[in-house]
Amino acid sequence: MKTSYRGAIREAIREAMHRDERVFLMGEDVGWYGGCYAVSKGLLEEFGPERIRDTPLSESGFTGAGIGAALGGMRPIVEIMTVNFSLLALDQIVNNAATLLHMSGGAFHVPLVIRMATGGGRQVAAQHSRSLEGWLAHIPGLRIVPPATLEDARGMLWTALEDPDPVLIFEHVLLYNREGALADDAGPVPIEGAAIRRPGTDVSLITYGGSLFKVLDAADELASHGISAEVVDLRSLRPLDDETILGSVARTHRAVVVDEGWRSGGISAEISARIMEGAFYELDAPVARVCGVEVPMPYPEHLERAALPQVADVVRAARDLVNGNVGIAVDVGIDSDAGISPKARIERGES
Amino acid sequence: MSGMYLMPALGAGMESGIVVEWHVEPGQTVSRGDVIGVVDTEKGAIDIEIWEDAEIAEILAPPGTTVPVGEPLLRLGVAGDRVPDPPESTPSPPSQARRRVSPLARRQAAEKGIDLTQVTGTGPGGAVVMADVEAAEQPAAGPSDAHRQASMRRAIAAAMIRSKREIPHYYLAHTISLESSLRWLEEENLDRPPAKRILLAALYVKAVARSLEEFPDLNGFWENGAFRPGEGVHPGLAISLRGGGLVAPAVHDALTRTLEDLTEGIRDLVQRARAGRLRASEVTDPTITITSLGNRGVDAVFGVIHPPQVAMVGIGTVVERPWAERGMVGSRRTVTLTLSADHRAGDGHGGSLFLAGVARRLQTPEAL
Repeated sequence: MKTSYRGAIREAIREAMHRDERVFLMGEDVGWYGGCYAVSKGLLEEFGPERIRDTPLSESGFTGAGIGAALGGMRPIVEIMTVNFSLLALDQIVNNAATLLHMSGGAFHVPLVIRMATGGGRQVAAQHSRSLEGWLAHIPGLRIVPPATLEDARGMLWTALEDPDPVLIFEHVLLYNREGALADDAGPVPIEGAAIRRPGTDVSLITYGGSLFKVLDAADELASHGISAEVVDLRSLRPLDDETILGSVARTHRAVVVDEGWRSGGISAEISARIMEGAFYELDAPVARVCGVEVPMPYPEHLERAALPQVADVVRAARDLVNGNVGIAVDVGIDSDAGISPKARIERGES
Repeated sequence: MSGMYLMPALGAGMESGIVVEWHVEPGQTVSRGDVIGVVDTEKGAIDIEIWEDAEIAEILAPPGTTVPVGEPLLRLGVAGDRVPDPPESTPSPPSQARRRVSPLARRQAAEKGIDLTQVTGTGPGGAVVMADVEAAEQPAAGPSDAHRQASMRRAIAAAMIRSKREIPHYYLAHTISLESSLRWLEEENLDRPPAKRILLAALYVKAVARSLEEFPDLNGFWENGAFRPGEGVHPGLAISLRGGGLVAPAVHDALTRTLEDLTEGIRDLVQRARAGRLRASEVTDPTITITSLGNRGVDAVFGVIHPPQVAMVGIGTVVERPWAERGMVGSRRTVTLTLSADHRAGDGHGGSLFLAGVARRLQTPEAL
């Protein structure tokens, strides 16, 4: 069956609605408008306004309502338009959803699923282009899953709804239109555990979500340079699958972590630290990171492109690592061949 | 007073060499011309010679160390003198500092019992990485054949690019009868055992050397915008290597040596070039290059000059051709001689006289 990432999520919602009458979808424009990214198009007609609920522009309000519904025995899917607006609901997510099980001494589970779009690359500027999933992965009590493939887009929702505790699903905005073949019987998949998307022997490229396909392209290009790259799709940012990450590094002895989020205090930093803690004696080179440049996302297309990890950045970081061209750290902002790269100039505020 | 013996530049484009072994030890006295050790380069392992009488004070680069050209290998004292101890304030050399070793390399070296101080680092910032430990495990101290071939290819590429970029070549060709030389050789070699037979190559080398004596402005180097004549005539002989690549080591003092001596020298040179054991002076001294693709079947070869030399003589295959002489057509064994020369250092007029001089001398081999 040929489908899109968007279509795969829609199918996942439909399946959940059919399988469990406690499931309902709630969010801004999910009903009459069909969803900001057209994920829920047609669902209002199929399931009616009781189960496909348009909400006011009040993230804190409807996320809180979702938590209440979950506590009351329902299985809500709350759609927050993008992660940028989830900041208005942070108190509900961090202080309530993530803590109530603990605060109630194990009495109250919050079986809530929150879906939200994340990432940049659509020229919608600084307030609409953030990748904050790594930031939310800091919070104990939440599960954070960023499906990248059609199978995961199709399969993670049901498993998340089955989980008794809150799960946040991050859908990268550039993936919605991505098309491909999906098995007709595609169904639920685990929401834990990383996947090796391409085996290799020289360097591990560790990434997730929207960066996965850039990294796979980079692995192709690296192969043409004689470098065999293994691509690890994290699939879950909380919990992280240490076994798969460290196992890959133990095979390749080198790692590049690729993440659209900012470098400082980002999920890449956490992964790098775990590799150092758990596979230090397997490392033949320092762990390298290719991250988003630490600026508010620029609006102009060429600057936005420069601010996000691109295939060439991943290729260069991996080549430098394998060929021993670098001193201490590989920085996407520094071109080891030609001095200061355009990205570094942006970072420094030069034109 | 003490000095330093530095890593020599064993050919254009060499950036560093690996010390393979030392034939000397501290306290030993050496004389000018002594082979004191072996350095591995993209041209193979090369015996390095010392150019002064001295006493070895200290070995600064132990075997296995990669040393850039121009960096010290040995500390020398004057022969006969005791070398004073270095002042106490001498800062410890960088090699004494904590070495950068990747965690994996350190673990593997410990498991395999490899002494990390003997391992050369090629990783980030010169760190020892796993590949270096694996290389140190191999019995051969030098780089792998594949690595050496690749680096030789790079060295040749760099020299040839420089040549074609900087040197305005002019080319001359001259086809001559080789009957006199060949008949004389056949006669000469008739009573000699195979190992003692004079090589045609020795005749070529000698004829070129004699002609260079007459036209010295093709024997030397173009450096800093001016021609510097070579000291002595040391034609480099292009020798192709079995694994690919080539070297052109010098046949020293070709002018003054007999044909027997030259033959022996050429045989020895080819053998050592292919075994990867040339002497430093052979690699650095050529004042001109002779290339012969004679056994490859081509008529003529127009060589690319090896900078900073200013000329290359090419010798084609000996072929039988119809030949008109004194109104008669007959069959002759012939060869095409070529000259590639640097137009900055001289003109085609001088080049053609030189080439004619080589041709003329090959007509009277007994006089060589």
